Amino acid sequence: MSTSAEPSTSPIGRPLDRVDGRAKVTGAARYAAEVPLPDLTHAVLVGARVACGRITSIDASEAERQTGVLAVLTHENIGKIAGQPPLLPSLAGTVAPGETFFPMQSDQIHYAGQQVALVVAETYEQALHASRLVRVEYAEQPSVTVIDDARDQAYEPEAIFAGFIPGRAQRGDVAQALEQADVTVDNTFSYAANHHNPIEPSAATAWWEGDRLTLHDTTQGVTATQHTVAALLGIPHTRIRVVSHFTGGSFGAKAMIWHHPTLAALAARAVHRPVRLALTREQMFTGCGHREEQEHHLTLGADQRGRLTALRHHKLSLTSPFDHWAEPSLGVVGQMYACPHYEGAYHLIRANTMTPTFMRCPGEATGLFSLETSMDELAERLGLDPVELRLRNFAETDPASGKPWSSNGLEECYRRGAERIGWHRRAEPPARDGDWVIGLGMAASAYPVYGPNNPARARARVYADGTAVVQAAVTDIGTGVLTAMTQVAAEALCLPVERCRFEGGDTDLPHVAATVGSSGAGMVSAAVYAAATELRAQLVARAVADEGSPLHGADPDHVVVRDGRMMRGDAPDTGESYAELLRRNFLPDSEATGSWGPPPHDVPYAALTFGAQFAEVAVDPELGLVRVRRLAGAFAPGRVLNAKTARSQLMGGMIWGLSQALLEATHMEPNTGRWANASLGEYLVPVNADAPEVDVDFVDVEENLVNPLGVKGVGEVGQAGVAAAIANAIHHATGRRIRKMPITIEDLVVAPEA
Amino acid sequence: MRPVTYLLADDVEGAVRTVTADPDTHFLAGGTTEVDLLRQNVLTPHRLVDINRLPLTGIEALPDGGVRIGALARMSEVAEDRGVRERFPMISRALELGASAQLRHMASMGGNMMQKVRCGYYRDGESPCNKRLPGSGCAALTGVSRTHAVLGTSEHCIATHPSDVAVPLVALDARIHTRIHTRTGDGERDHAIGDFFLEPGDTPDREHPLAHGELITAIEVPGLPIARRSLYLKVRDRESYEFALVSVAAAVDMVDGVIGDVRLALGGVGTRPWRAIRAEEFLIGAPAIPENFEQAARIELSDARTTAMNAFKPELARRTLVRALETLTRDGSQR
Repeated sequence: MSTSAEPSTSPIGRPLDRVDGRAKVTGAARYAAEVPLPDLTHAVLVGARVACGRITSIDASEAERQTGVLAVLTHENIGKIAGQPPLLPSLAGTVAPGETFFPMQSDQIHYAGQQVALVVAETYEQALHASRLVRVEYAEQPSVTVIDDARDQAYEPEAIFAGFIPGRAQRGDVAQALEQADVTVDNTFSYAANHHNPIEPSAATAWWEGDRLTLHDTTQGVTATQHTVAALLGIPHTRIRVVSHFTGGSFGAKAMIWHHPTLAALAARAVHRPVRLALTREQMFTGCGHREEQEHHLTLGADQRGRLTALRHHKLSLTSPFDHWAEPSLGVVGQMYACPHYEGAYHLIRANTMTPTFMRCPGEATGLFSLETSMDELAERLGLDPVELRLRNFAETDPASGKPWSSNGLEECYRRGAERIGWHRRAEPPARDGDWVIGLGMAASAYPVYGPNNPARARARVYADGTAVVQAAVTDIGTGVLTAMTQVAAEALCLPVERCRFEGGDTDLPHVAATVGSSGAGMVSAAVYAAATELRAQLVARAVADEGSPLHGADPDHVVVRDGRMMRGDAPDTGESYAELLRRNFLPDSEATGSWGPPPHDVPYAALTFGAQFAEVAVDPELGLVRVRRLAGAFAPGRVLNAKTARSQLMGGMIWGLSQALLEATHMEPNTGRWANASLGEYLVPVNADAPEVDVDFVDVEENLVNPLGVKGVGEVGQAGVAAAIANAIHHATGRRIRKMPITIEDLVVAPEA
Repeated sequence: MRPVTYLLADDVEGAVRTVTADPDTHFLAGGTTEVDLLRQNVLTPHRLVDINRLPLTGIEALPDGGVRIGALARMSEVAEDRGVRERFPMISRALELGASAQLRHMASMGGNMMQKVRCGYYRDGESPCNKRLPGSGCAALTGVSRTHAVLGTSEHCIATHPSDVAVPLVALDARIHTRIHTRTGDGERDHAIGDFFLEPGDTPDREHPLAHGELITAIEVPGLPIARRSLYLKVRDRESYEFALVSVAAAVDMVDGVIGDVRLALGGVGTRPWRAIRAEEFLIGAPAIPENFEQAARIELSDARTTAMNAFKPELARRTLVRALETLTRDGSQR
């Protein structure tokens, strides 16, 4: 078939306003903790105040006596879970518990904040009040909560990520190559723990109708919630429906399925009424994972011309008592440059924290800081321009697999980013502006193109009034995916976007995996496109077969559709609309499904989304102040579905990179093993006044391999490399290399060690 | 549930009497501290007396060049008051750099003087804290203490005084007017701001010399020509909505390159808003040169006591103090 919309009217790529924007800003959009239900009850969690030990007693009697209290659930009365599902990334499309541990099953405490009781009451205030009256006594044991507590206990895991990523990877002989290198750069980096802090705290509303459970959850994947809760409760998938129409930001906090939806379901079963369970901001620090505290040791070897010969990258980080988890910091680092000898290895320490989890730009946000600040140092040592050094090490093919890239665009990204920031202005000594010294820095950026493990599906339906609805169980976590999929549906159906509606966020709809790892737009667009294209073909086929249709007998390959009207390509006056066809045949609608099976794992190409990051910072070296004045990023993410939302995502990622570079740190309280700054007042993220001018540029690349529409995703790559560009700019301004994140005032005020 | 009774006061005397009579009754003004801490179970009043209807608003320019600020004037109102801006730029600036726009619209000036410390161990409602629960110890001494005080500390408390605007007020010798009810009747008192903020010493729970129920009615700033040329310099990790790591309120009067008069106070480093008396004494009569600024800063910070996490603060305070003095004297202009 060659039926397609004319390029000039293509809805894909247009900067369409969000279809749900009005509902969100007017408050009409209902989030998981806003579902109005008769007889709704409210649950509040109680977290452990020690990091390691046993509960010796729980006295809930006073809490239970309070007005309105319906139940106090603890390990003594909540009942046992049916079984612990394995930890799998939610992109796998099946069970995805955040950790292979479920709370309130014994008296054992593994981490501070671990849920030890759940109070259910008629109102939220009653539950909150009673939750403070639950007396829990502990026998405390020594805990490990920071790397310095237990360096000697580090171990090398065989694999991380439930076996998906090997604990060690190598090519060539890195030791020998480093010995023979003309120049080496050898550094250790330390990165603070980070927490996501989406504006909407995690929450679930649960109710049972007989043996059927409905859950409204804050989640990146309704199917992931469905499968995980079903496994934990031991009930069939057919009896759980999970809905998530709106999710107020996630950034990985809701990528895995944490304990609250299951606990809400258990509570609802206990009180025989609907239960709403929302985490407090403080509980968000111990309720949905974090980016773990970590150290990197990275060594580069190069020849005199700056060509990399060796790269060794070791990571040491904290994991939980249950899982071998590390964010995958060694991924892109080993693929970024043509470097024959490479070794990467993860080292873990079991600690009294929950299992760490995905946090925006997982792995690469830290890995690329280590690599790209080291590259800056190498450029300095060799007297090379940092951009030139990177061009000299450009990888024509994937150094890890030897396969060609699906698409690239990196060199053009360097060129465009340099132009946008005015890289030619970078002078020695750096420019001054009063008390401020102006530094320029850059870094390469890249993020993997992940795909799901199982087919993504969608359903498309055109009604007899000529409007269409297209559905897939994708959740919009603020990215604009509902809007972008409306555009994809409109394009494939050849309908104006105003007559298309996209629905997601419900397990009653066709399955897609969780929208994680920048993969949502690529996999969902593939399914939506397939379903809508199939439906269009079905309608055209019906028309040419219908004796009552002006298109009767026409060659379907020569029927074109525009604005929902099918017509002969060679005689546009001959035709009819979808609506006319359906109404004449007394059909209420026409429907088709479509799916996209992801490529096998052994495809003959490698795929990364490439970009380049440039930063202009102002540093007041006396007072230790760093203020980012401009960020310029150029990215080659393949097909862009919506220019506005894609730009917003990239911009958000870039500002997050600034945040990680200069502000974000969760401090561990050394005496208690609790997070010390579990609030938005004390966990610093940028305010508007910190946000610089952000310049986002798209580099076009022809991408035909990763998925049908060539969408590589923009959720994370915006953040990759930004922090390194900022650190490199600080070095340009001050001559100081600060090998940690965040870089704070004291790092610049305290004199460097001799 | 822990019920809280709410009363809306319609006269000052009645409000003061009601609160005085009951240790578990608190005043409620802007509520930006009280309500937060009530929700966190740190403050547990049974009753709140809302004083927002009382006639304690208004900002009045005084004939001596000073200003009288009603206790219920909001931070944002004072910040944008033209008289304050002209006569006391350091006050306007300190207010503008404090909190967030939303908080500044809510928070009252009297409440600002009474705000509680930001120490996480005080605010979590359960860590050892001598300020919240005398005798329970101080978790900050060995805990996360990056933002804690280095001046005026004791072995019982190292919490930093959080106010921005109190720093210039201390530099300017403001006075705090109050209404009090005692057995002998109703009366007014007047506290020098230098005596108003207490160092923790052995009694960190005692933060002010006020009796329970004593109500701030106004803050009076005396006329002080030197303040027309003044600044407030605040150093912090991000540009807004964050307390000071270090701040400096400074005013300088120079004659022929020699410092005639100077007012200096530090925020973010002391257990109270810190008047830099020793630095002032050193500087008066001294040539306005960087060496003298550095020496003055060194003298003022010489008693600083630090933890491992806030060891950078004395150096940062010295540099900020020097920067403030340099900025004020940089163009060599004389008032």
